[in-house]
Amino acid sequence: MSKFDLAKVPLVGPLSRAQVQQVHDAALKVLAETGVFIDSTTALDLLAAHGAAVDPERRIARLPEGLVEKAVRAAPEQFHLHDAEGKPAELVGGDAVHFDPGSCAVRVLDDDGVTARDSMTADLDKVVRLTDALPHLGTQSTAIVCHDAPNEIADTYRLYVILRASKKPIVTGAFSVQGLHDMKEVLAAAAGGERALAEKPRAVFDVCPSPPLKFANLAAHNIIDGARAGLPIEFVSMPMPGAASPATIAGSVVQHTAETLAGVVIAECAQEGAKVVWGGAPVVFDMRHGTTPMSAAEATMIGMASAQMGKYYGLPTHTYAALSDSKLVDAQAGAETALSGLLAAMAGINIISGAGLIDFVNTISLAKLVIDNDICGQIYRVLRGIEVTPETLAVDVIHEAGPGGHFLSLTHTRRWYRREVDLPSAAFDRRDRRGWQEAGGLDTYAQARAIAHDILAKHPGTPPTPGVMAEIDRAMRDVAARHKVDGKLPLGPS
Amino acid sequence: MTDKSALLNQLTKIVIDGLIEEAEGATKEALAQGLEPLAIVENGLVPGIEEAGARFARGDYFLPELVASAEAMQTAMAVLDPLLRAKQEARKTLGHVLLGTVEGDIHTIGKNIVGALLQAAGFVVTDLGPNVAVGTFVAKARELKPDIVGMSALLTTTMVKQQQTIEALSREGLRGGLKVMVGGAPVTEEWARKIGADAFAEDAVAAVAAAKRLVGA
Repeated sequence: MSKFDLAKVPLVGPLSRAQVQQVHDAALKVLAETGVFIDSTTALDLLAAHGAAVDPERRIARLPEGLVEKAVRAAPEQFHLHDAEGKPAELVGGDAVHFDPGSCAVRVLDDDGVTARDSMTADLDKVVRLTDALPHLGTQSTAIVCHDAPNEIADTYRLYVILRASKKPIVTGAFSVQGLHDMKEVLAAAAGGERALAEKPRAVFDVCPSPPLKFANLAAHNIIDGARAGLPIEFVSMPMPGAASPATIAGSVVQHTAETLAGVVIAECAQEGAKVVWGGAPVVFDMRHGTTPMSAAEATMIGMASAQMGKYYGLPTHTYAALSDSKLVDAQAGAETALSGLLAAMAGINIISGAGLIDFVNTISLAKLVIDNDICGQIYRVLRGIEVTPETLAVDVIHEAGPGGHFLSLTHTRRWYRREVDLPSAAFDRRDRRGWQEAGGLDTYAQARAIAHDILAKHPGTPPTPGVMAEIDRAMRDVAARHKVDGKLPLGPS
Repeated sequence: MTDKSALLNQLTKIVIDGLIEEAEGATKEALAQGLEPLAIVENGLVPGIEEAGARFARGDYFLPELVASAEAMQTAMAVLDPLLRAKQEARKTLGHVLLGTVEGDIHTIGKNIVGALLQAAGFVVTDLGPNVAVGTFVAKARELKPDIVGMSALLTTTMVKQQQTIEALSREGLRGGLKVMVGGAPVTEEWARKIGADAFAEDAVAAVAAAKRLVGA
């Protein structure tokens, strides 16, 4: 096990190894002296029993170094997320990189590329089916709020929409304490039982501390309940420099580290060995507009630095990247998505949430999912690196072609060209000018939109077997009945 | 006289420069020198906050400067408000706004910025903070008789509290005597209309414009 291992800290990242150590020391000081606010007597009692100094009236827990160290050592370095068939689909750990659509948006960008309307269940179904078909988005997420789903079961129902149409693993989160239990039931139905689900997790559950240093009742209980149920918990700390965290980048990384360490402590005290992900959703706080750009360079840097801390602790990592604050799918959207996505991937962050989102995290665009899949494909190509072997060095091929020779018809070319050069979709237009004009002279958005429509017309998703679907339907009906939800659900079950 | 105008200028500067720690002392000094509370407000503090607001509108001040100015003014007003009440004097304001984030929601930054901008624009603001129960909004509205109640919600799951608060205000016969403004990331014009709010604003600057419209300023 590689815990507290400076050698594991990637050199692609804003912090030097010495600085990682400094951030660690600072975070420990914050936890030991300032502590965290936790709005849950259960959680406070749990921490007190494990040696935290708890002030029950102020609801503050101060965590000593020994407790933090024990918790970090107890958390697994990596785990697998499984697909609908229970096969390991993604290694969450090491430097493996997986992308998922960001969450959670409240609006959908209409086809005109300008209008953003309230997101509905039918939109989530499209997002799920499109993501299911896009090769470089290996993970689904409950990406949008479905305004037409009953409030009482909104979190579980989003999950249901994924389970009925895709076999990919899932990033999700609950809206209430009971919600986590409901969602677990539906996941268990899909997995073939609670034990099967615990042994072969399909979904991680996002839990967000509220900056600075606060855990709401919902957050605390989701961590404890999720840890005990074997559901991997992904901490998503959101520092806001100058507003809800120190104005300095370093100070914001310290706060992120402290909050996330506190989350790890709660999880491991609840259940030693609980799977956790060191995640985050850093932003900058725009002091002119009071908005929270997630794709500013500094936000990406906080994410990279936070992940360096996570790797130092020997934990799986996550961040928000590969998204954009633009209101349109335009140059800003392309630049921000690619810049942040590539940096996060080169930092070896295991789960990168963001694809498809614009307008901070408010709006999802189907066309952007297509574009982002291409960006992710290019990123994966960079990560794959250059294969250097005698065959690829190709000295004899160069000799065969000779000075002034051709390579086009060589066997070596036929054998290698598809492997060596990634081919993005037509949305990354590489036609010559005339070819592009004859094909309609379309911009990126129009091309991507057409591709999205085409995929959705042809791809029904990957539903589970009828037997498993029946189980999932049964569990969903049970959850609806439990919350006394009557009336039709937008996509069933009836 | 020169002493007194120097003290007033000092208070103006304290507000403009956001010197929060100096506000209380300077206010008490001005009172000790015989300046009237209302004069201190209108000739010392208000010119300061108006200048801060103007600098923000121009893009010379950003939020940190504006919020610091607002806090400096608030600190001074905490000394002066009881005296004004005792004398039954009221400073000229555009109106009184009661702000809060709804129950179950602990997000406050947007609301805080709205509060600072409203103060800079000349409103009196009472901020109830985060996680404010429907009953608390109602009780405070009854007690303080604000012109506007402003509610912030940042989660789609807590937005519904805005609706419940409006309904409670109606039930308690308070709705007619005040205006209601709503905001927060998931809140839309449509939602505001649906729940019977008087105004919706997408950001803090729009909130000030909406508040001015609501009080007929």
